[in-house]
Amino acid sequence: MNAGMEHRIIDQQLDLLRDKVLLLGGKTETAVQRAMQSLVTRDSKLAQQVLDEDKIIDQMELEIDRMSIEILALQQPAAHDLRLVISVAKITPVLERIADHAGNIAEAALIINNEPELKPLVDLPMMADTAMKMLRTALDAFTSEDGETARQVIKQDKAIDKGYKRVFGDLIGMIINDPTTTTSAAQLLFIAKHLERIGDYVKDVCELTVYLSEASFIKHSPRT
Amino acid sequence: MSKISISNLDFYYGKAQALYDISLEIPASEVTAFIGPSGCGKSTFIRTLNRMNDTIPIARVEGKVLIDGEDIYAPDTDVVALRRKVGMVFQKSNPFPKSIFENVAYGIRINQMHENKSDLEERVAKALDDSALLDEVKDRLNASAFSLSGGQQQRLCIARALAVEPEVILMDEPASALDPIATQKIEELIVGLKKQYTIVIVTHNMQQAARVSDRTAFFMLGKLVEYNPTQKMFTNPDEKLTEDYITGRFG
Repeated sequence: MNAGMEHRIIDQQLDLLRDKVLLLGGKTETAVQRAMQSLVTRDSKLAQQVLDEDKIIDQMELEIDRMSIEILALQQPAAHDLRLVISVAKITPVLERIADHAGNIAEAALIINNEPELKPLVDLPMMADTAMKMLRTALDAFTSEDGETARQVIKQDKAIDKGYKRVFGDLIGMIINDPTTTTSAAQLLFIAKHLERIGDYVKDVCELTVYLSEASFIKHSPRT
Repeated sequence: MSKISISNLDFYYGKAQALYDISLEIPASEVTAFIGPSGCGKSTFIRTLNRMNDTIPIARVEGKVLIDGEDIYAPDTDVVALRRKVGMVFQKSNPFPKSIFENVAYGIRINQMHENKSDLEERVAKALDDSALLDEVKDRLNASAFSLSGGQQQRLCIARALAVEPEVILMDEPASALDPIATQKIEELIVGLKKQYTIVIVTHNMQQAARVSDRTAFFMLGKLVEYNPTQKMFTNPDEKLTEDYITGRFG
């Protein structure tokens, strides 16, 4: 049977689509990493760079949308091919949203960097490390269509949620104790929320990876 | 209970076996599509469901085909009654060299289904209406069937099949010779007809199977590879072979 295997036109397009989404994933990862670095090292130039490069990410999203629609309309994919196009089309705006959160973190960093330095940040960079590790593993799982790893990544989001609660408590305490820290502390609160949202978005990527590899929808289903 | 129940069906042309141990349950009021590459046995199989293969002297069937629980290969089966109950539409439209009206009236007449002339006219009109053709031909019922377009001729053949009040309609590539607009009309008709009839369709066009059918059976080299709800078949087939076929990995 396999002797008659033919090279399909769609294969080349699907490969290209997969490459594009991975490139977008890489850019998104870098944006989050740089945004956090701009905060920790008080590097406003780097923060501005994150904001400037967001436009490139937006264009990549549009390009992937266009390619997905074209494949659906012209190649009429089925089965695994269809699941790949659908999951790419759904993951793309999720990655773009993650990059937007990176931009928001960079904006907050620009404000904080103009304020007096607070105590060294500990919990926030830890949250960010977890979020970036989750994102990297999620993108690897998507590439290798590894539903099991994707399921493991989903579980790690709890650590980010816990970190958020801890940071929230600490920063509110800081504002109460010393109201002059309010501007920076409020911005750090926003950053904590952005990281918490990034964790949620990475979960979406993982759910779509499970759909791609196993054809099952785990979104909105109770997890054990 | 299934409308059609096939169990362990083998089919031979002389010594050559064309179908191997096919078992399949076809529910009523649904569209079931048979897909597979040329020569996979799907047309041979659909023809076993109203004993159209009886006309081939060297053909031989083993196994069972039950329609409403009755074995259609039982020795006392009335084959004419069977074919009235299980109508068929072919790839190439084959109207009789008669008027549009007479094409549809023919089956009603030979089966003596009508009470009088006006009943006959009503039955013809209903069959044409059910096949979405009436509006296009009501002013020229006495014109030759050959004056119709290819798509209209195919719908006339469907009207002719419907006129004798079948319960099952078998369609062997009913739209493969038609342009996209005519094909769309036939597909809409198939979906509309399934409320009243059990429909089995053989198609080369996988998108057509995906569009019109509730269940799809994939055949390969005379064997049933997979039979599943169409939605499952086209998003997540159980068999690798099905996946390879529907995604065009082999021709």
